Amino acid sequence: MYSFYGTWPWYISGLLIGIIMLSLIYFGKTFGMSSNLRTMCSAFGAGKKVEFFRFDWKTQRWNLVVVLGAMLGGYIATTYLSDGSGVQLNPQTITELKQMDIDAPKGKLLPDALVGAEALKSPKILAILLMGGVLVGFGTRYAGGCTSGHAITGLSNLQLPSLIAVIGFFIGGLIMSWLLLPLIF
Amino acid sequence: MKFIKFLLVGVVFGIVLTKSEAVSWYRIYEMFHFQSFHMFGIIMTAIGVGAIGIQLMKKTKAKDITGQPIVIPDKAKGFKNYIIGGTLFGLGWGLVGTCPGPMYILVGAGYWAIGIVLLGALVGTYLYGVLKDKLPH
Repeated sequence: MYSFYGTWPWYISGLLIGIIMLSLIYFGKTFGMSSNLRTMCSAFGAGKKVEFFRFDWKTQRWNLVVVLGAMLGGYIATTYLSDGSGVQLNPQTITELKQMDIDAPKGKLLPDALVGAEALKSPKILAILLMGGVLVGFGTRYAGGCTSGHAITGLSNLQLPSLIAVIGFFIGGLIMSWLLLPLIF
Repeated sequence: MKFIKFLLVGVVFGIVLTKSEAVSWYRIYEMFHFQSFHMFGIIMTAIGVGAIGIQLMKKTKAKDITGQPIVIPDKAKGFKNYIIGGTLFGLGWGLVGTCPGPMYILVGAGYWAIGIVLLGALVGTYLYGVLKDKLPH
């Protein structure tokens, strides 16, 4: 039922993500992907104007290396470890998406309606991608972490602030997914 | 050489998130509509494994690779920043379907359009840095 080249089951993925987090702790670091955005701002010289970016970003180089590895992993997985069977969605989901003119996966990870060549000619889609990114960047820094730092690391370490942040993630995600997406698309 | 282990961790992370489709916009939509257990299964398993591992490390007073005692810093106390920041992130996550890890992974996988999301995320991070002292925390 599961194949190495098809969708990996949730329990394998969850187990490996847990191990990745623990490995980073063993290496004397912590698992947190959004911190890299701050590091990059700092590396680009944002510290000259804004105090928040005034820190020795070179101490965070290890995390940029994780990012580089992640990009490489994304390339390896899609190029060499994929049979193209792709995302198997609930038929109900596909019907709902169709009502918003969002195409079914058919082996793709992302809809053409968002990242296809046609879509990228639309200023509206470009604005959606940029705005989505701004919300992710602003929100994660304001909350001090994202899925890796709060949902995985923070909840594993029984941190109340992380629980509050994760509740926020779902409030925002549910509002967007149920109320705003149908208005936007 | 000391960076090799971090590169490997990153590669495994990228492969796992791609192969389990946690980087997929579709999976995030499906999650927020409670139409599949997949994403919840991934997150809950990772937390379960992580929680057991962290407890074991604390109980055995484990040392890290350099021989230093392992200390996982507690998150600062607070409410407003976590709930408001979290909600803003959730709005973005529900819209473009990418949290910060998958952004890089998708660009690596050749989804260049996600580079725009990444650019936006850098802008958002910068804006937070500028406005930090004026925001409720």
